[in-house]
This record gives sequence, structure tokens and C-alpha cells, in this order.
Amino acid sequence: MSSIKKSVSKLFLATVGMFLFGFALVPIYDVFCEITGLNGKVTGPTFSEYEDIGNREIKITFTTTNNNGMPWFFDSDRSQMKVKTGEQNLMSYVFTNTTDKPMIAQAIPSVSPGKGAQYFHKTECFCFEQQYLEPGESISIPLKFVIDPDLPEDISSLALGYTLFDITKDQMTKQASN
Amino acid sequence: MSAVIEGHHDDHHHGPAKGITRWLYTTNHKDIGSLYLWFSFIMLFIGGAMAMVIRAELFEPGSQIVSPEFYNQMVTNHGLIMVFGVIMPAFVGLANWLIPMQIGAPDMALPRLNNLSFWILPAAFGVLLATFFMEGGAPNFGWTFYAPLSTEYAPPTVTYFIFAVHIMGASSIMGSINVITTILNMRAPGMTLMKMPLFVWSWLITAYLLIAVMPVLAGAVTMMLMDIHFGTSFFKAGGGGDPVLFQHIFWFFGHPEVYIMILPAFGIVSHIIETFSRKPIFGYDSMVYAIASIALLSFVVWAHHMFTVGMPIAGELFFMYSTMLIAIPTGVKVFNWLSTMFKGSLTFETPMLFAIAFVALFTIGGLSGLMLAIAPADFQYHDTYFVVAHFHYVLVPGALFSIIAAVYYWLPKWTGYMYDEFMGKTHFWLSFVSVNLTFFPMHFVGLAGMPRRIPDYAMQFADYNMIVSVGAFLFGLSQLLFLYVVLKAIFYGKKATGQVWEGAQGLEWTLDSPPAYHTFETPPNLEAGEAKG
Ligand code: HEM
Ligand SMILES: [Cu+2]
Repeated sequence: MSSIKKSVSKLFLATVGMFLFGFALVPIYDVFCEITGLNGKVTGPTFSEYEDIGNREIKITFTTTNNNGMPWFFDSDRSQMKVKTGEQNLMSYVFTNTTDKPMIAQAIPSVSPGKGAQYFHKTECFCFEQQYLEPGESISIPLKFVIDPDLPEDISSLALGYTLFDITKDQMTKQASN
Repeated sequence: MSAVIEGHHDDHHHGPAKGITRWLYTTNHKDIGSLYLWFSFIMLFIGGAMAMVIRAELFEPGSQIVSPEFYNQMVTNHGLIMVFGVIMPAFVGLANWLIPMQIGAPDMALPRLNNLSFWILPAAFGVLLATFFMEGGAPNFGWTFYAPLSTEYAPPTVTYFIFAVHIMGASSIMGSINVITTILNMRAPGMTLMKMPLFVWSWLITAYLLIAVMPVLAGAVTMMLMDIHFGTSFFKAGGGGDPVLFQHIFWFFGHPEVYIMILPAFGIVSHIIETFSRKPIFGYDSMVYAIASIALLSFVVWAHHMFTVGMPIAGELFFMYSTMLIAIPTGVKVFNWLSTMFKGSLTFETPMLFAIAFVALFTIGGLSGLMLAIAPADFQYHDTYFVVAHFHYVLVPGALFSIIAAVYYWLPKWTGYMYDEFMGKTHFWLSFVSVNLTFFPMHFVGLAGMPRRIPDYAMQFADYNMIVSVGAFLFGLSQLLFLYVVLKAIFYGKKATGQVWEGAQGLEWTLDSPPAYHTFETPPNLEAGEAKG
């Protein structure tokens, strides 16, 4: 009965295919979010210069949050600023390890409204870098950004939020399993 | 034909082996069907006991019987057991018993795989239940196991949970491969696809759904495993991952999964209604197309479980309309059942009572589903008892009632003995009253804002919750009566005829009751006119 064998092998392949598809959902989701700005996701450092810089004034709010149980001090220099579209802007953030142990942290950004995320271009940032700090050490890191002049008319203010995560333990397991 | 059941030649012409090894080594579809059904029955009482703990805690406001931690474990394991340990295995058991007999095949296409798919199930649930006795306690993150609750904040037993889910998934996938292979290759000559009984159709489509989504679930738990133990960041925001991604992957599996738990019920109810209306089903073709289109649509509606995560408006609209679209083929089925009964010569034996209750109460669940599908309204209903009311209406008087109806309907065929009709009807009326007593008031407290999955509640919900708990205890007790009726039939029942029910159509009714250990070793002659079921 080779027709049975044929059915079984087709179905087995379909199973394997769907298992892989499950994993493919991860990059598909990321690309989808990047294109649509869904979830307020922002991309890493990009460089852009605009000829027509427009002259709209946009209010930017900066928020910083510590994730559950993250003891560091983490804040931006100012909590608000007004910027012109198309112009380079600078903001800096202070990280202080207030504990007596060396720690690794990572700050994850998010822009709202989500629709505006793709118009928030960071030209230099710490978005996907991990911060290692000795006990009591403090550092200030700059963030350079440009607001795209194509930002839809109905958006007059944007908020950039950073959440700081303690990833010391994860980094340890990663090293241990390597 | 006999080459089909390879390695099975030797015991073709004698009955089952004796003793426990009969059940351990069996490759007979009837034995395996019984194993699945008994397994599901036992799990029904285990999962039911957990529900009793939940309702005892919620009998009054305040925290009295169990700790909040244990309450969470109860809610989680009740859900997991009912979905993966009761409804799904019961349907697989019915598939094993009925599909070969309904299509005129001697057995399932892959009998040994069949044995394996069953026996790994008790192992999976053994592992899951063992976590109650381990440090950190059983899984406590809900049956939907959202990350990071199930990863960063999970008890250490989550690894056993992941292992158990993998095994359950493997069992379902192997079962589905078997079902599809059997249906596609082993139908009696002359039984074309559009002549297959509706139960067979519903299972064919269900099996495809399972093959499409169980591997995705396996992928999701594998990602969890890697996040927990190997330092990856699929769902860890701190490492650049995204917890919302978990919800997308879970519900890509989860929504088709809820249809996996209802499509076979549609098949069962169709058979019972036509038998006791003494009329062929109204609109057979449209029934098949309705099942197929429900299955296809179920892949594009998953985010209706996630309206509140912060989707762009276009997404909200897409998922809202696609969800509402499912109501159309579902409505077609309901109207076909009603039309079948219309002007039929109806009688109301126990299976018919459960089937009619299914149609009425499942429809209530469908209507509350439509309310939940309205995205702006769902912001209020989401994560309240209204959702709990919705899915219990489709799953308890829906899926579970269809299984109970199937047991009453085919039990005389399987065992050769009739059940006690009076006791069956008593079981029905007790279940019918108590199921509504339990789940209807949940709509009211849900709309009033009572959150789900919390062991305590505000004073104003007290009266309704007491009614719900009383209903739940009554429903639990009624199922003990069900066990009694089944056992009484097996041990003291009157002999059943081969036909059993006057109006029953279909190949299984041409066999003796109980059927011989091996049936249809030579395919039946369909030209004699008994094909459609
Ligand atoms: C007309 C058909 C249906 C519609 C429109 C519908 C719609 C919905 C919606 C919108 C939700 C999400 C509610 C929320 O979390 O805020 C939901 C939840 C749910 N539905 Fe349905 N549904 C339908 C039929 C079914 C069926 C047939 C089943 C199962 C047999 C089912 C099982 C569930 C379950 C288990 C949940 C809750 C999952 C959870 O969060 O734990 N639904 N339904
Ligand atoms: Cu759904």
C-alpha cells in the first residue's frame, strides 16, 4: 500500500514545515512591526539627512522606567524638549549602578504613538548595546536623533520611553552554555 | 486489503488477547478507542475536582479555602486538563471507534502508531500532575501560559510542563496523521468523499487543523524552553525580544485549537439529529462546505484574543470583521440542524436531548462570541467573567455535551447493551439545569466587571457567585451519575440490536452490537444503499 506511505510522508513533511513556520513567525513579526511601526518598535542607529527639513515643531517627551527589581539609577537629562523636524537633536541619559555588585543592563526603547515610531530616527544611540557597570560606577550616554519631516500631520508630539532591564543573569547563562 | 494492517496478520481471526497486555499492546482501533474514552473520562473527574476547588473558593468573597498561589495552580491545570486531557482525547477516542466502521475499513491505517499515540498521553499527564508534588508547585500561569509569566516568573516546574505539552502535541499529531491517512486511503469502494458520513468529514478537517497548528504550539514551548535555559530572548523584552510575540504565536495555535474542539461535535450532532428526526440531514453539501470554511477562517482571526495589546486600528478592524465572518458558516450549520428537525418525526431519547441542548446552548456561546468580537466592546469584556461564560458555553454544553450525546448514542453499539433510558434522561435534565445555573450568571458578573483568574471578588458579586458555585457542584455530581449509567449499561444492560435506533443510517449500524473484534475485513457493498450516514 504505497498510497498510505505517500500520505504519511506528505503529512510528516507538513508537520515539520509547520514547526519551522512557527519559528519563521519571529522574523516575520519583527519585519511586520518595523514596516508598520506596530508596537512602537524603533530600529537601531540609522543615518539620514534631509534637504527639505520642514519647519514643524514637535514636542518630544522622554520617559525612563526601571523594570521590576532593577535597582539602578536611570534618567534622561531633561524630560521634555521641542524640536524641529529634520534637525539633529541631542539628549543624554545617565546610568548609575547603585549596588555593590557589577551588573549588566539593557535599555529597550519604545515610541508612542506607535504610528510615529518609523519617523523617529536615531542616528546614534545605545538602543541595542548592553551596559556593563562596576559597583557605584556611573556613565552618561548620548542619544542623537532626527524627526522625519514626513511625520504625519496629525502627530504633534511623540514620547520616547526607555525601560531598563537587568540582564546580568541571562548573560551569565549565555556564557555558561557557550 | 489485509496488507493494509501490516504486522497484524497473525491475529486476524481470533479475538483480543487476555489480561492487561491486551490493552498495552493492542493495535485494534476499537480497543484504542475505548482506552482514549476511558482516559478522557478519568481526566474529566480530575479536572472537575479542580473546578470544584475553584468554585468552593469563590463561593463567598474573601480568601478562605486555598492560598492564592494554589488557586492559580488549580485554574491553570483545570484548563490544561479539560482542553488537552478531556475534550481532545475523547474526540480521538470517538474517531478510533467510529471512522473505520463508518467508512467500511478493517482498522486505522497505522495501528502501531495508534497504540503509541495513546500510550504517551497518560505519560504526559502523569508528568503534568507530578508537578503538584515538586518544589515550586504546579504550573500557575494560566492555560494560555503567557510569557513572561511562564518564563521569567514561572515556577521551576515549567520545564516539566513544556515536556508534557511536547508529548501531548506529538500524540495529537500522530493521531491526526493516522486519521487522514485512513480516510484518504481506506474507504470502502464506492464511498466518495461527498458520500462520507459527516462525522468523518468533520474529523478529516480537524486533523488537518491539528497538523497545521500543533507544531506551532511545539515551536512556542520550545522558544520558552530556550528563553528559560539557554539565554535566548524570543519573549524577553530585556534582550530585545517581545512578549506580545508570544501571544501572537500562541493564538495562531489557540484559535484553530478552539475549532479543533468543536468541529467533531458538529459531526456527532448531525448524525444524532438525523437519526431521531428520521430524516436525512438537511443540506449535506453545505454542511461540508461550512466546516471547511470555518476551518480556513480560523487561521485569520487569532488576534481577537489580543484586541487590548495595542494594535493599530487597521488590525483591530481586520480581526473584528474576519471574526464576525465566521458567524456565517456557523449560522448555516445551526439552520441546517433546525431544518432537519422541522417536520421530522421526532423522538427524544437521551442522545437527542443532549444534541438539541447542544444546538441551543452552543448558539448562546456563539452569540456571546460575536459580542466579544466587537473590538471596542471587548476592551470592557476582555479578561472578565464574560469571556469565561462565553468559552464555557461553547465548550461544556457545546463540546462536552456532544461527547456525552455520542456516548449515549453509540454505547449500545460498542458494548452490545442498552443504557437505562430513565437514568439517562435524569442525567440530562440535571446536567442541563446545572450547566445553565453555573455559566449563565457569569455573563452578568462579567459585564459588571468581575475579573477572571482572581481568587477573591468585590462584595456586589457575592450572590451570583454563590448561585454559580451551587450550579457547579450540582453539575459535578451529575457527572457521577453519568459514570453510573455507563457502568450499569455495561454490567446490567439489556441486549441491544444491531440497528439499535430505528432511524439510524450508516455502515456501523449494519454490524452486530457489539461488533466483532475485526470488522469489514472485506469491504462492504455500498451499492446496497447504506452509504450516507
Ligand atoms: C461565533 C463564533 C465565535 C466567536 C465570534 C468567538 C469570539 C471570541 C473572542 C472575540 C474571544 C476573546 C475574548 C477576550 O479574551 O476578550 C473569544 C475567547 C474564547 N473563545 Fe470564542 N468565539 C467563537 C466561538 C468559539 C468556539 C466554538 C470555541 C470553542 C469550542 C471558543 C472558545 C473560546 C475560548 C476557549 C476563549 C478564551 C480563551 C482564553 O482567553 O482563555 N469560541 N472568543
Ligand atoms: Cu478565538
